[in-house]
Amino acid sequence: MPSTFDTVANIIAETCDIARDTITPDSHAINDLGIDSLDFLDIAFAIDKAFGIKLPLEQWTQEVNDGKATTEQYFVLKNLCARIDELVAAKGASA
Amino acid sequence: MQLEYFHMIDRIVDLNVDEKKIVVEAQVPMESTIFEGHFPGYPLMPGVLLIESMAQASGFLLLGVLKFERMPILAAVKEAKVRGSVFPGDLMSLEASVVHEGSGYAMTEAKIRVGGKLRANSALTFTLIPFPNSDMRGYMDAVAKRVGFPQQAVSP
Repeated sequence: MPSTFDTVANIIAETCDIARDTITPDSHAINDLGIDSLDFLDIAFAIDKAFGIKLPLEQWTQEVNDGKATTEQYFVLKNLCARIDELVAAKGASA
Repeated sequence: MQLEYFHMIDRIVDLNVDEKKIVVEAQVPMESTIFEGHFPGYPLMPGVLLIESMAQASGFLLLGVLKFERMPILAAVKEAKVRGSVFPGDLMSLEASVVHEGSGYAMTEAKIRVGGKLRANSALTFTLIPFPNSDMRGYMDAVAKRVGFPQQAVSP
C-alpha cells in the first residue's frame, strides 16, 4: 500500500504535470512547486476522493489569513500528509 | 432567456437537494443582438453561452444544496463539448449534478439536450464564497423567484 506521501505526490504530478522526482516531503506546494489556488482545488478533489475525507481548505485559508497558522503548516507536503493522516484517523474513529 | 442580461435559465423543472440534481429549461429566443453577429444568415447559440447556461444550472443546484448560504462562482471549465448546434427557438433542457462538494469548492457535471438529443456537456468547478454584499444576495433572491426556485426544497 503506497504511503500517504506517495499518493499525494502522484496526485500532484498527474494533476499539475510536475515531474514526480522533483516532489519531496519538504516541497512547499505553493512556493516550491508553483501550484496556484485553482490547481490546488483539483489536487484537493483528488485527495478527498483517494482518502475519503474532506480537506478543510476554508478553515486552513482562514487560519493563514488571520495569522493563526503559516502556509508551511498546511502546504509543505510532509505537513499536508500529516493533516491527511489525522483526518483519516478521525474518520475511522467516528465510523 | 435574456441573452444580453445573461439570464440563461427560464424555469427550474426539478430540484432534488438530497440527490444533488437539478433539471431546468431555457427557451432560446428567436431574436437577439447576439444572433446578428453569430452569425448573419445562420444564427446559432455561441458555445460559451451554452457553457454559461450549464454553469447557471449548476449554480442554482449549488444554491439549493448550500441553502443560499454561499454563492457559487464559476472557476474552471473542463471537458466542455459542444456536440451539436443550438438554434434560435430551441427549448433547451439542462441537467446538472454535484460530483463533489469540497471545502469552499464544488464540482458539477451538466448536460444540455434539445428534443432529447444531447447538444453539450461539461464538467465545471465552482468556488463557494460568502455573499459579498446584500445587493448580490437580494439580486439572487429575485432571480431565484423569477425561475421558480422551490423554497421548500431548502427549508429546514
